[in-house]
Amino acid sequence: MTTPASSATLSATRSLSAMDLLKRYGIWLVAAAVMLVLPKLFTSGAALTTMCLMGIMIVFSLSYNMLLGQTGMLSFGHAVYYGLGGFLAVHAMNGIAGGKLPIPLPVVPLVGGVMGLVFGVIFGAVSTRRAGTVFAMISLGLGELIASLSLILRGFFGGEEGITANRTKMLTLWGVRFGPQIEVYYLIAAWCFVCVIAMYAFTRTPLGRLCNAVRDNPERAEFIGYSTQMVRFITFCIAGFFAGIAGGLAAINFELMNAINVSGGQSGTVLLMAYIGGIGHFAGPILGAILVVLLQVFLSDLTGAWMLYFGLIFIAMVVFAPGGMAGLIMLHLPLAKRGNLHRILPWYGLMAIPAVLGLAGLIALIETAHHQLVKTATEGPAMKLFGLSYASNTVLPWLLALALIAAGLGLGRVWGPKFASAFSDAAHGSK
Amino acid sequence: MLELVIFSTLNGVLYGMLLFLLASGLTLIFSMMGVLNFAHASFYMLGAYFGFQISQWLGFWVALVVAPVLVGLIGAAVERWGLRTVHKWGHVPELLFTFGLAFVVEELVQMIWGKLPVDYRVPPLLDFPAFELFGTTYPAFRMFMLLISVAIFLVLLMILTRSRIGLIIQAALTHPNMVAMLGHNVPKVFMMVFGFGSGLAAIAGVIAGPALVTQPSMAHVLGPILFVVVVFGGLGSLPGAFIASLLIGLIQTFAIAINYSLGDVLTAIGMARPMQGVLSDLWQVTVAQVGPVVPYLMLVLILVFRPTGLMGTRES
Repeated sequence: MTTPASSATLSATRSLSAMDLLKRYGIWLVAAAVMLVLPKLFTSGAALTTMCLMGIMIVFSLSYNMLLGQTGMLSFGHAVYYGLGGFLAVHAMNGIAGGKLPIPLPVVPLVGGVMGLVFGVIFGAVSTRRAGTVFAMISLGLGELIASLSLILRGFFGGEEGITANRTKMLTLWGVRFGPQIEVYYLIAAWCFVCVIAMYAFTRTPLGRLCNAVRDNPERAEFIGYSTQMVRFITFCIAGFFAGIAGGLAAINFELMNAINVSGGQSGTVLLMAYIGGIGHFAGPILGAILVVLLQVFLSDLTGAWMLYFGLIFIAMVVFAPGGMAGLIMLHLPLAKRGNLHRILPWYGLMAIPAVLGLAGLIALIETAHHQLVKTATEGPAMKLFGLSYASNTVLPWLLALALIAAGLGLGRVWGPKFASAFSDAAHGSK
Repeated sequence: MLELVIFSTLNGVLYGMLLFLLASGLTLIFSMMGVLNFAHASFYMLGAYFGFQISQWLGFWVALVVAPVLVGLIGAAVERWGLRTVHKWGHVPELLFTFGLAFVVEELVQMIWGKLPVDYRVPPLLDFPAFELFGTTYPAFRMFMLLISVAIFLVLLMILTRSRIGLIIQAALTHPNMVAMLGHNVPKVFMMVFGFGSGLAAIAGVIAGPALVTQPSMAHVLGPILFVVVVFGGLGSLPGAFIASLLIGLIQTFAIAINYSLGDVLTAIGMARPMQGVLSDLWQVTVAQVGPVVPYLMLVLILVFRPTGLMGTRES
């Protein structure tokens, strides 16, 4: 999201060499290639489902970041547009299958998108009149409103069990029926690719730039002559559109939509994804979506306390790295430019010692506590962690875990400042 | 009908006063620090669980005193070592910090006390019917809850308007910089208010626990309603929060008692009720079912037409 000198780029556009073109668009080619090749590398069913979910969540969290990261609107009800888009897509799929309409499946996400857009227009008109806390509270109110309605209007939302559909009953083109998951993966990947490009392109338009102006300095934007309310409204509608597409993709992927998809929990998840990834950079929410889906899928297999880890990771991110993962990566940019990255590598090696000690202690503490409190009643106190077998109701493991945490914190406190000064030397000092 | 009105009013006022115990702390914290504390309802839940645990060991009356003090200390610690660290990043990270905290507290509570409701009983001393009206009894514990919450409301009012610390708090609400200039330790006042607000929430938890259900979802069920109260009354306005608490308490209680739907109204005025279509449910739902939706509708409407809330003077 840095601003290149636009006039210089304009005059240079005509004399772009093949090299420049590759430099500018190469990243998209790489992304497309990665998306094509991934299912060949990870062929298991679980991996394929995970990647489908990632594709959906990437679109969803990027659409959320149009609000939070780019326009500075903190929304607590973004799942409304995702969920409503998904529900309409499910109803559309059932309608198309029932009426034998000549509409193929790949178009269905667009139905979700249009639904998201329509509700974006309706709710945006009432909620984007103000920014800041008032906007956040209206979005929370609207989110809770729709979430409570979803349990009441059983005809549309299907109550607790939700509404199901069958994606294979659509018009088939070129023999693709979207029965197997791999075909759905490529559908999601294609939509994800197109949406990411569209949302990136949006950040480069004058409106996209205005969004940043409205986020950073609304008074000034008003003085230049732009209506900040209009900018917020349009962005809100577009974000609703992309969230609706994500919902439509989810409807196709799961062939099921239920009240959870419009709930406050889903709105919270997308906020976590965008924030953990980093709201200050376009690629941040992509990283966040990938990480959070990975955590949801794999951490929940590894440990029963995974939600606790999830919350702690989020808090740690907010406290120590408000720029998110993308922000952490961007911190290294000045170092890379000066060719100084190698100078801090030994420091990373050193800092890994307290980090590993502290984390191991924390994990041991949480796992032992989880076992003692939740599982001991049914399975007995014997447990295994890091390849060690011990009983959770003895004192020694607890003391060891606490000692590990203390050692990690102590060493971190001693080496941390030295690491920080070495880092800033490498970033700003001589080569 | 009269019976219904009297009991619904009693329950509504009681629920409203409980909401006010929570909302008063929340609105004070907001107006001083500018932070909408998502974890406020979590302190209420901690109060209920601490109250349950301590009353198992030492009895309800000890719990009523000790649990709020403990939760207040936790709240102060959260402000001192959590919020104050995040403060330098701005308001959004502060808010997200409390958001994450609410998440973690719920998980911890689930881990320690289990996912099912705990058996938090009314103390035997108060386990008798207070009075009988139209053949229906009203439990004494509910009267006790009402008494406690009204007493705390009065004490709070006295502290804020009559005591020296109350004056400093009131001044810090509107002119934090000036208060700091005058030599008061504003961060310390913040910490105390945060701890005190958490303690108030915990009192609500201890006394509401036996009457309502003590379970891990109690925080995120109540949390959004609290925001409605605080925003509807006007951010930072204690009288506003008081009116909004009672209003929402009464609306929610009365809604539960009314069993009519829009379709019934149509039938009453001689029109056929629509039975077809995906939205036909709209005509079938009763007021009782719509009850939970009403507060959010109120929130959206007041923010659209009067963003400062009922008695508020500022928007954010």
